Amino acid sequence: MKPLLLWSDALIYLLVISLCLFFLRLRRDPQTREHWRQVFSTRIGMVTMTLILVYVGIALLDSLHFRRALDPVAGSPDGEVFYDGKVSSVLDVMLGGMGERFERTYSAPFALDSFEKQDMQDEAGQTYRDFPPLKHAGQHLEQPEHRWRDVLTRSASALLWGLLLAALVIAPQWLLLRRSPYPWSASWVTQAVVICLAVWLVSISRYYHVLGTDLGGADVAYQSIKGIRTGVLLGTLATLIMLPIAVTLGVMAGYFKGWVDDVVQYLYTTLSSIPGILLIAASVLLFQVYIDLNPDFFSVGLQKADARFLALCFILGVTSWSSLCRLIRAETLKISQLGYVQAAHAFGVSHRRILTRHILPNVTHIILITFVLDFSALVLAEAVLSYIGVGIDPTMASWGNMINGARAELSREPVVWWTLSGAFFFMFVLVLAANLFSDLVRDAFDPRTAKLAKGSAAA
Amino acid sequence: MLAYIIRRLFYAIPILIGVNLLTFLLFFVVNSPDDMAVSQLGQKYVTPEGIQAWKRKNGYDLPLFFNPEAPGSDALTETIFFTKSVRLFAFDFGRSESGRDITTDVSTRMWPSLAVALPTFVVGIWVNICVALMVVMFHATRLDRWAVFVFVALMSISYLFYIIGGQYLVAKTWKLVPISGFHGEIQPWKFLLLPVLVGVIAGIGAGARWYCTLFLEEANQDYVRTARAKGASEIRILFRHILPNALIPILTGVVVVIPSLFMGGLLIESFFGIPGLGSYMLDAINAQDFAIVRAMVFIGSILYIVGLILTDISYTWADPRLRLS
Repeated sequence: MKPLLLWSDALIYLLVISLCLFFLRLRRDPQTREHWRQVFSTRIGMVTMTLILVYVGIALLDSLHFRRALDPVAGSPDGEVFYDGKVSSVLDVMLGGMGERFERTYSAPFALDSFEKQDMQDEAGQTYRDFPPLKHAGQHLEQPEHRWRDVLTRSASALLWGLLLAALVIAPQWLLLRRSPYPWSASWVTQAVVICLAVWLVSISRYYHVLGTDLGGADVAYQSIKGIRTGVLLGTLATLIMLPIAVTLGVMAGYFKGWVDDVVQYLYTTLSSIPGILLIAASVLLFQVYIDLNPDFFSVGLQKADARFLALCFILGVTSWSSLCRLIRAETLKISQLGYVQAAHAFGVSHRRILTRHILPNVTHIILITFVLDFSALVLAEAVLSYIGVGIDPTMASWGNMINGARAELSREPVVWWTLSGAFFFMFVLVLAANLFSDLVRDAFDPRTAKLAKGSAAA
Repeated sequence: MLAYIIRRLFYAIPILIGVNLLTFLLFFVVNSPDDMAVSQLGQKYVTPEGIQAWKRKNGYDLPLFFNPEAPGSDALTETIFFTKSVRLFAFDFGRSESGRDITTDVSTRMWPSLAVALPTFVVGIWVNICVALMVVMFHATRLDRWAVFVFVALMSISYLFYIIGGQYLVAKTWKLVPISGFHGEIQPWKFLLLPVLVGVIAGIGAGARWYCTLFLEEANQDYVRTARAKGASEIRILFRHILPNALIPILTGVVVVIPSLFMGGLLIESFFGIPGLGSYMLDAINAQDFAIVRAMVFIGSILYIVGLILTDISYTWADPRLRLS
């Protein structure tokens, strides 16, 4: 086994660590703590936060990559070990080889036979045409008629194991947190549901394709789970690249005014007047040309895909900073008129200190709100960009690529609905959780809506 | 007013120059014409002579900014920057990489785009405002909370699913309209119905929720309480007091996109096979036809700037207190 660190893996761990530090720092501020308390004192806040953490956790597990060592070939010089060209992640191991059970082509959920007829030969050597049995579904069954009973008994036992595991996970939390004022029970219910589902999925997938297989014969459930990493990473990395540009330029424009302000305003008006999708498409195409002309930079295929993925994050970040910049500029303009900033000026505090001590902490709520709001928008944008052909590399698992590959399947007869459903379900849960959570964050942190929420509560 | 508009048009010039420079940098400096030739020609024809021939054919064999070999002022005009970028200001878009005249293509293709985008836009706004007003009427009840949840859920569905779902349900299962296609003369409404419907429904989540926040902000103002205290009916409060006052933020978000309706929708046009500018762009992106992409970037920026100016003009119409000067 040889660990392989992709650039995006390193970045996502760096990102998680810095986010944790950021939140720890924010905790010190009593007003921020009050806001967070408002977010987490609702049941929706707890449930959505749990779901988002589950997705992030899966993405992190899927970011620990390694290459398996191949069995030594006879006759090769001893001591030399060859590594598999295929890159696996810790998540692949945890899913119990779900991604290695390929079929020939489409098959329906829980099906035993392939979806398309194929020429086969019977014992007498006669050729006939029928649905061939699947290689990795229902092999253990002695009689195919018992399929559904088998599924039910296996589901029941998986559910029991899932509940047991959930109890093990939740019991220590309960002991620690039962007196906490927050509605932890909502989070525990979510955790239990997620754990049961995961245990069920992994154990049933050993015997059946829960969501069927796609055109290339790959397990749809596995593809959908692999899409999580791409979605989560894109949503966070692109914002992370955008933040420093937007914050620096916005604060500088609002604080120094004059020609700095003019230049920054000119920059973001110019950038936002270019249709976003065209700018992104053009940049991605140009980067693609660059990759095609320099193919020897990357030793594994996944690294090439990863480079394109990072470029996409970078491009999305660089092209989308204008709206946040505008907001921060306006807020800084307002703040720098306030008494305490004027007082700091009068005391001869340096510009740098005023910016970091007095201005930046007071625009963090805008940054936070944008971060959570943009996340879901970026996950949705990924699907659209992949459809246009300027998104994630087609070899990389992502929901956009799944939808793109499956868009003509509904017009087949009989309908192939499971590929789209898999992508839809996993994407919808993440985006819905993120959207609901961002609503709560905005209600708590935005002074305008906070007033509104209080007003309606009073009414 | 007129003076204001003229001044705004002058302000637009530096922005357009900026857009122009940016696209020029993207297309010719980051990627040299040689790189483009390699990716356009395909592996087999990549020879130094082949690249030169391709560049000569498409007019990329000139120097970037300054041509010392040309006499007089031609030293500045006989360059890629002048022939490819500056000409855009005269609305001379030149020829696409495949040799078609871009200006003709754009002027014929913008009408189908408009035929889809305009009804979607108008009906969409109308539906969103109606839904939002209804929700505001039931504010702070259980219905309101559920409505907001439904909006967020609708927002969380990718646009692609709306299109695929709509085509499957309306066109394939119920067979009410053709799945895709477009014809200008024979029953055009039949081809337009489904794209417009899908566009409107896909927009309800985000749209209605946005209008709801705008209206609620107004509904908490003092003048609304005064009106209610004086005995005005809820309907009158909504339509006579809240709606006109929420008009400024609505116009800010809405008017700016009106000129861009000409550009059409990338996804909806490609799924429904409508020969508009959206599918034109998509084809150009897929064929890596940089000449078309460059022209569309320029057109899009112009339309956006026109939208900004229209927004300012619409303010004076919505709020008589405002004067443009």
